[in-house]
Amino acid sequence: MIDRRQFFQALGGGLAIFIAREEAPAQQQALPQEIDAWLHIGKDGAITVSTGKVEMGQGARTELTQVVAEELRAPVASITMVMGDTDLTPFDGGTAGSQTTPRMVPQLRKAAATAREMLLDLAAEKWGVDRAALVVSGGKVADPKAGRSAGFGELAEGRKLLKIIDASVPLTPPEQWKVAGTPLAKVNARNIVTGRHRYPSDITRPGMLHGKVLRPAAFGALLVSLDASAAEAMEGVKVVRDGDFAAVAAPTPQAAERAVAALKAEWKTTPQPNRAELFDYLKKNMQGRANPNERGSVEKALAEADTRLRETYTVAYIAHAPLEPRAAVAEWNDGKLTVWTGTQRPFGVRNELMAAFSLPQDRVRVLMPDTGSGYGGKHMGDAAIEAARLARAAGKPVKVVWTRQEEFSWAYFRPAGVIEVASGVRKDGIITAWEFTNYNSGGAGLQIAYDIPNYRIAFQPARSPLRQGSYRALAATANHFARETHIDELAHAAGMDALEFRLKNTQDPRFRAVLEAAAARFGWGKTKPAPGHGFGIAAGWEKGGYVATCVEVAARPGANPKIERVVEAFECGAIINPDNLKNQIEGAILMGLGGALFEAIDFADGRILNARFSRYRVPRFSDVPPIETVMLDRKDLPSAGAGECPIVGIAPAIGNAIFAATGTRLRSLPLVLKGSA
Amino acid sequence: MAMKLELQVNGIWRSVAAEPGSMLLSVLRDQLDLTGTKYGCGEGQCGACTVLVDGQPVRSCITRAEAVAGKSVTTIEGLERDGRLHPLQEAFLGAGAMQCGYCTAGMIVEGVALLRSNSDPNETQIKQGLEGHICRCGTYPRIVAAVRMASLAMREARHD
Repeated sequence: MIDRRQFFQALGGGLAIFIAREEAPAQQQALPQEIDAWLHIGKDGAITVSTGKVEMGQGARTELTQVVAEELRAPVASITMVMGDTDLTPFDGGTAGSQTTPRMVPQLRKAAATAREMLLDLAAEKWGVDRAALVVSGGKVADPKAGRSAGFGELAEGRKLLKIIDASVPLTPPEQWKVAGTPLAKVNARNIVTGRHRYPSDITRPGMLHGKVLRPAAFGALLVSLDASAAEAMEGVKVVRDGDFAAVAAPTPQAAERAVAALKAEWKTTPQPNRAELFDYLKKNMQGRANPNERGSVEKALAEADTRLRETYTVAYIAHAPLEPRAAVAEWNDGKLTVWTGTQRPFGVRNELMAAFSLPQDRVRVLMPDTGSGYGGKHMGDAAIEAARLARAAGKPVKVVWTRQEEFSWAYFRPAGVIEVASGVRKDGIITAWEFTNYNSGGAGLQIAYDIPNYRIAFQPARSPLRQGSYRALAATANHFARETHIDELAHAAGMDALEFRLKNTQDPRFRAVLEAAAARFGWGKTKPAPGHGFGIAAGWEKGGYVATCVEVAARPGANPKIERVVEAFECGAIINPDNLKNQIEGAILMGLGGALFEAIDFADGRILNARFSRYRVPRFSDVPPIETVMLDRKDLPSAGAGECPIVGIAPAIGNAIFAATGTRLRSLPLVLKGSA
Repeated sequence: MAMKLELQVNGIWRSVAAEPGSMLLSVLRDQLDLTGTKYGCGEGQCGACTVLVDGQPVRSCITRAEAVAGKSVTTIEGLERDGRLHPLQEAFLGAGAMQCGYCTAGMIVEGVALLRSNSDPNETQIKQGLEGHICRCGTYPRIVAAVRMASLAMREARHD
């Protein structure tokens, strides 16, 4: 960690506020060992905020700028967010799990408020007046009585003041927000519409070569032999072989393609399960033991229930398919490795690179220019390691950009899963028993928001035939699909309206509020669906947010269901940027619509069979139904993240609407009616 | 090996040495450093690589470089004139029609062509015109709104 002197040397004096991870006494010269973020005000009044969080389209850069502008009473344009650079930003565990808003927002608010209070003190001292007489606004401290003011830069000039955030500093309550809470446009939008923003795959370096990796014949294949002579004979081509890794670097992408095609490889493959046997395979290949969350006696409650249901639900593997595929540019200078790459975990990728090349922390720098989306799919450093291996061997910078086929095949997927549910309900519509087991797809979103006295809820890990990992909302998509479909089945079995049944079984006021808001906007219970149409509802809670989704579909056997209308109510505490929030909700609904209706990874013999957009359908313009969002702004509650939760309601709501329209209950994602394409 | 080609890019004649089989996308990005045009799929399915060739939208990832010799190419970088954005670029800003923004250049370039052929497209026509483009973030409703906004602004500007 750098010390105080080095910090101000780099930034040229001014004021700095540090956010220590753990509260510790601030020493004179040393900075705290563990820093979450820092904020600096220079003599030109420029405000620089540094956080290890990254921007991938979710709006973190804008939202964090807004809360700093709010507490500092400074113009948005005077604030620069430095994000995701392991040399310039404090360590961060990664931009995932909707944690930027609940964790980084309060910290930056406190940092900015601490800076504001420091500036007030400086101005009070400068003018010899009581600070209570002073006002901070527009990047200035003003003394209205004396008719004078001083810019932040003027107050910061010549200072080298360092402070750890004051946890008790007064924050502006959301009811009084003027910048936060408003629909501020994306701060770097102009660079996007002009094509000026450089995404990771747009980075170039002097003398840079283009790299291409020889992909194995199948997952887990071993490279038995490699004849690289033809490739090595090509001008300017460097071939790297290291175990099962073989790759080339060449002066142009075309030369790299020719060189990799000229590699003669022999692979040893092993038999692997196919998609058709997936769900049996997961049940037969459990790993470790589930650790159930239990209350009461499910067995007893099931035995005593008036109606019992037992059903199995499945979800397919699906791909994130970020429009910018994995990409990295690696450069070695005097034993130090610098990599630009699209990742949600720049520090995680730094650690992967340190391990891969046996380097100490200070010899690796990872930079993450705002990337072309992630959705949980860009956690790993594969492309970074590939580029770094090639760059080291070639002695020049190397860029590796995965093709779409590579992205679909060699990244990782949202886990497939099997979910078994057994439940019991009393005649009066109260759910008394709930047994829920998720095989393989994950533990996120397992816990119910309904008040059920007896439950056993478990996640049972299994051996996955495909590489799997994080995804927007993780397993909450799968678990909400199973739960909310099953709840609908229970409501039907109990002869109750789907909304009334849900409200009867939950007292959680936030959960009820989104259900009621979505239903009111949709007109639930007010109209009957047209012939061949059906209404469906689903709700959930995840990552501190609450969501309810109502859907109207037109559906009949032999045809693809058509989504006529979606209404979604969402609540995530105090809203920081209503326009960005609406964008996130609409985007989550549309992404979820793909997983609900047609996305599924097809595989056999260790290969992906539909690794192209022409074979893996994602939502397009023609799939977009009219969407209405209802955003409940709870200024009395802390802000929660919104990138994930709004995706969980759409799939079960569609399935429930298809049931209402056709009488056919679909229990598998994607939802496919028999006879349709 | 490499073949000399002359093409006009954003109004300026450029001479490039294209390797056999290289696509227009690679010429733009790797040789001319015009990185606003994006790679998304390599099979003309996502639209991220869309540019105008003699005013017509093409998928530069599947357009051979030699096929555009002597022709005029407009990329996203060529829409801004004297510091003034194209009305559709302004409309994308106004509608907040992006999240990660990686598809934006292709959407805007296709939208510019669409507005040239139809100055007042309705929602269905806009959706049809942009159907070949993927926005994985799902900002489709805002993109439709942006094209509508630009259409209105451009028609109003003509009446001024």
